[in-house]
Amino acid sequence: MSIATAAQTIGPFWHLIEDKSLADLTRFGAQGKALTLTGRITDGEGNPVADACVELWQASPAADARFPGWGRSGTDATGTFRFTTLKPGPVPGRGNTQQAPHVAINILARGIITRLYTRAYFQGEALNEADPLLNLIEDPARRATLMARPDGPATWRLDIRLQGDGETVFIEV
Amino acid sequence: MSDIPGFRPAAPGSQPDNDTPSYGSTRLRHPTRPLIAFPHTITEATGPTFSPRHFPALADLTLVDGQAAQGERIIVRGRITDEDDRPVPHTMVEIWQANAAGRYNHPGDQHDAPLDPHFKGDGRVFTDADGWYQFTTIKPGAYPWRNHKNAWRPNHIHFSYFGPGFATRLITQMYFPGDPLLAIDPIFHSVPDAAARNRLISSFDLDVTQPEWALGYRFDVVLRGRAATPMGV
Ligand SMILES: [Fe+2]
Repeated sequence: MSIATAAQTIGPFWHLIEDKSLADLTRFGAQGKALTLTGRITDGEGNPVADACVELWQASPAADARFPGWGRSGTDATGTFRFTTLKPGPVPGRGNTQQAPHVAINILARGIITRLYTRAYFQGEALNEADPLLNLIEDPARRATLMARPDGPATWRLDIRLQGDGETVFIEV
Repeated sequence: MSDIPGFRPAAPGSQPDNDTPSYGSTRLRHPTRPLIAFPHTITEATGPTFSPRHFPALADLTLVDGQAAQGERIIVRGRITDEDDRPVPHTMVEIWQANAAGRYNHPGDQHDAPLDPHFKGDGRVFTDADGWYQFTTIKPGAYPWRNHKNAWRPNHIHFSYFGPGFATRLITQMYFPGDPLLAIDPIFHSVPDAAARNRLISSFDLDVTQPEWALGYRFDVVLRGRAATPMGV
């Protein structure tokens, strides 16, 4: 038995491995309902987090040769990330539960030593009411921090607040 | 559908706290509310796979346009295993680093040290069937970073690992043995447990060293292991 290696910050210069095409999960010709997921990341004083690396993973639709299920987007000067992906469907939860459609999000940046993990759900999905994770969050205002909202044609917005008023719910992973 | 097992929680003290005041940039970027505890589901227990067809290997960082980079050539070799000491095969490893003078090929780096036209500083490889990976690169220089008075980062290489699940994602930094800056580096010291911290320091390895060519350093990494009991139990 060994113990997992410690994390260290991704730092401000991770763009050396950036490839902007990785933010488009449909680039291999994925078929399905495409959407844009975008949002602004701000810090405890409301300033944009302009040097973040945001990574997305979704277990649905299942990854295959045309759909990687994973993407990476940097944030721009306004703190904005932007992914093009396919609309996820529901996935099984523990036991016989079902989880509402969602994507997983990692936030890595200077000043974040070990990744921050959260999820983006989609406002208006009937399954949100019964989602096992959302139901762990009693305060509706806190729950709303995980809910992407429609923001134009096939576009969903989820702003992420790292700290302070409206702080996003982060999940132990 | 039967449940996919999740991954074991971090051993106490083995991972840094995002609220680390000695590292100034954490001040406004760490959450102040407790994290939600939620057992891993398919979302966390599975993760991306990467094809070398779309992510071609770039294992030698020391040549650009056929011209050699400045600095001390080194080989970094290591094995990626999980907490059950099983190899993590065919997983993507990304690295990035400063050049020999301590300067990143990045517009945000304003350190008054020379750029090297023959060093870009990014690399990518996949582990083999037994979890081994290897890069040839240049030993990165130390650089100042304004965190506190006369602050300098120890020599380091940034590493990115994926492993089998989104929960095994790991970004870390590899340090060099005997570096006097480690003793005063807040990022290194953000890992509470000394043994866990010291495992971020590579070791000089004569077996990895190639005669008349390059010094070798060994950097092994452990990714989280699967939990013993299935998630649904
Ligand atoms: Fe660095």
